[in-house]
Amino acid sequence: MLTIPRDLYEKIVAHARKDHPDEACGVLAGPAGSDRPERFIPMENAERSPTFYRFDSHEQFRVWREMDDHDEEPVVIYHSHTATEAYPSRTDISYASEPNAHYVLVSTRDDDQAEFRSYRILDGEVTEEPVSIVE
Amino acid sequence: MAIEVRIPTILRTYTGGAKQVEGTGSTLGELITDLEARHAGLQDRLVDAGALRRFVNVYLNDEDVRFLSGLETPVKDGDTVTVLPAVAGG
Repeated sequence: MLTIPRDLYEKIVAHARKDHPDEACGVLAGPAGSDRPERFIPMENAERSPTFYRFDSHEQFRVWREMDDHDEEPVVIYHSHTATEAYPSRTDISYASEPNAHYVLVSTRDDDQAEFRSYRILDGEVTEEPVSIVE
Repeated sequence: MAIEVRIPTILRTYTGGAKQVEGTGSTLGELITDLEARHAGLQDRLVDAGALRRFVNVYLNDEDVRFLSGLETPVKDGDTVTVLPAVAGG
């Protein structure tokens, strides 16, 4: 299960809306081993594409080093789908590379209602998990 | 002195869980070959058909080696090499 504070949930949805129709992506960092997302880090989509995303390699280096310095890890890795459902695509599954992260998918295909779902992706296997939004 | 190499979580199965290992070589390619001698399987996760794999980022100190000379990038004692899996998808 992913437990996420409401303000972080809303920031992810707002980021996805802002970058629509391109995919938005980013990270929620939290203390290593805590499974608790605390810090919102929107990332540049280096692909600037409606069908693909990739973190900019230099920005990723800076952010990962910063997390390391703070003894944090990427608790959540999120990105949006802008025309399809919030379910990991084949490329999402093949490139998933953080075994401890919650992979959050947000779909902005509907103007009024964002779809927000979370998964574990390990060795090519996708497991959806419940999302609990806490105040 | 040696070259320090930082290993991401997903590749620590090849380093017995170590976050950081050391190696030697005069280029990144040689360094990876040297690491392979002690951490079998690592090379294949980093290199494919003589080039760095597309979805692996390797940094020399704080520069992405794709903006240097890839596997031919010169390395020396005291450098830090960081490996990060690219975060990407569709």
